[in-house]
Parts: sequence; structure tokens; C-alpha cells
Amino acid sequence: MKVGVLYSRVRMEEKLLIKELERRGVDYDLIDVRKFFFNLEDRENWHQYDVILERCVSHSRALASLQILGAWGIPCVNTAQVATICGDKLNTNMALLAHDVPTPIAHIAFTEESALDAIESLGYPAVLKPAVGSWGRLMAKVNDREAAEAILEHKATLGSYHHSIFYIQEYIDKPGEDIRSFVVDGETICAITRQSEHWITNTARGGQSANCPVTPEIDRLSRMAAEAVGGGMVAVDLMETPNGRLLVNEVNYTMEFRNSIEPTGVNIPARMIDYVLAVGEGKATDNLVLNGAPLYGEPN
Amino acid sequence: MNKVECIECAAEVEVPSDAIVGELLICEECDAELEVTALIPLTIALAPEVEEDWGE
Repeated sequence: MKVGVLYSRVRMEEKLLIKELERRGVDYDLIDVRKFFFNLEDRENWHQYDVILERCVSHSRALASLQILGAWGIPCVNTAQVATICGDKLNTNMALLAHDVPTPIAHIAFTEESALDAIESLGYPAVLKPAVGSWGRLMAKVNDREAAEAILEHKATLGSYHHSIFYIQEYIDKPGEDIRSFVVDGETICAITRQSEHWITNTARGGQSANCPVTPEIDRLSRMAAEAVGGGMVAVDLMETPNGRLLVNEVNYTMEFRNSIEPTGVNIPARMIDYVLAVGEGKATDNLVLNGAPLYGEPN
Repeated sequence: MNKVECIECAAEVEVPSDAIVGELLICEECDAELEVTALIPLTIALAPEVEEDWGE
């Protein structure tokens, strides 16, 4: 068994995963995506790996690498399909809807005028997000029409072309926290709450984590969401509405977990490496997504 | 535990004995993000700025 670890920065997570590989005596290579190039006509060198563990911090680099390696038939965790869906909020939204996973209402608009119409149809406050982005960056809670007009003008004027696709979501007045669950190989292994006085609760933005017991509903929705994006190992963000209904907000495919091991008591990197090795041995049932499969799966 | 000098503020930054190339270090004095670029000799550089598509 030989594992290739694709990475760009060694965060706490990568170090824990590497230590887990070493603890088990697994042969591995660290592959810095900044330091090599793919020759698209020479795949031989890559076939030395039984499985690739993708841990790039950049979505575009991760996706490109997974698309190439996946096309060459090299098992990857996660797959290019999972990265394609999770890395883009529109794709995630479509996949969740195709699999009947409850998620906040979202609208897509392409001009400032239609975006304003979309925001007003949802009512204030509404949330504007970049379709591609993370760590809670460039998310805006739009409280009224004047704010909407200003933010839309700023995005249209200052943003890259990604910002000309307006992803607009209903605002969920969650109770000062949201839930992040971790799903590996179809099993919800643990969950945390992320508490913050700010409406953005990402731990990368200072949200505090605590253990969250995995209720049957959290388990059900987490597994449904993971399946909707193509399986593998993912972190599912859930929000509770004021009337107690759980909604899946996002699914993350290169999950960060440093703040979740201690509160949950679950050895998350060990569970991840269990799965990676199972994929490398051809034993993981949910890593069999073929190239050319419908992106969002077969509609229900 | 080795020590290097922060590129940003010249404070001492501790480097774990099991550090690997690419590992991130945070300077406790100035919060600069530093990256281990070589182990022998131990060298660091400022970590790349966060880009738009970074993160989970």
C-alpha cells in the first residue's frame, strides 16, 4: 500500500493525518502541488500510488488534480465529483435538492437588477455568498434594500467574474450556533456545535466548538448530504431554524477538524486514514463513482 | 525544539522537532504566518497570502 498525499500547506490537519500514516507504518509520499506539474500524457509515475489523499488548501488546484488523477483511474479521496459539487455552492445546492436534503432556499441571479429582485422575493435579511469561497469570507448579511443595492454594486464593480453570479440564500436565524458533522464512508462519526455571537460561526472566524451529540436526525441528514455529493469523507454544516427544523447549509470536502477532536473525543484523522486505506485496497463501497456519471446523481 | 527568527518581527519562533517542509508556524509576537521551506539548514519564509478559493 502506497499513499500519495497532495498538499500545499501543512496545517495541523495534514500533520495529524501524516502522523496517523506513520503510526501504521504506511508507505507514503508528500506531494506539494506547488512544486510539480502534470504531464497529461505520462501517467505511469502516478500508478505507484494505490490511493491519493487530497489535502490542498486551494479548491481550484485540488479539483484540477483530482480530475486528472481520477481520469487516469487512480483512486482519490475525495473524488473529483465530490470536489466539483462541494467546491461550488450552486452545485452543492443542486445536489442536495436532487436528493431531497432540506437546505435553505436559494436563488441565483446574473445581474444587479435581478439579484435585487431575488433578494426582495426572499425578504430581508438575506445572505449573499460567493458561489466559490470558504472560511466565511465575503459573505454578506443584507438587512435592507439600501444595503442590498450597495453590496450588489460593490460586487459588480470590484469582484472577479465569480461575483457576477449572485448566490442569494434565505437568512436562517439560528440560535447562536450551527452544527458541523463529520461523515466518513457513510457513517456520521461525530458532530460539534460552533458557537458565536456573530452570524458567521466558522471556527476559522473565531467560532467556538463543543461536542454535539449525534441525534438520529443529525445522523440521517448528514448521511443524506454526504451521499448527495458523492460520498467519501466530508464535513456537513447544518443549521437549526427557529421552529427546530434542521437544514443542510454546506458540505466540505477537504475538511478541517483540528477543533473537533478534543470536544468529540473521536480520533477523526484515524477514521479518515481507515477510509483512505480502504479505498486504496478497493474495499470502500462509496468510492466507485465512475467518470461520466451524472453530476448530481439520478434525480429521485 | 529549534528556534528561528521571525521574518516579520525578528522574534524567536519555536519549530517543533518533528517539523516537516511546508508546515505552518505562527509567530506569537506578531501573528505572522510562516512556512518551513527547508529542514537542513532550517529555513522559513512568509507563508503565501490567503487566496480567494482557499479553505474548506
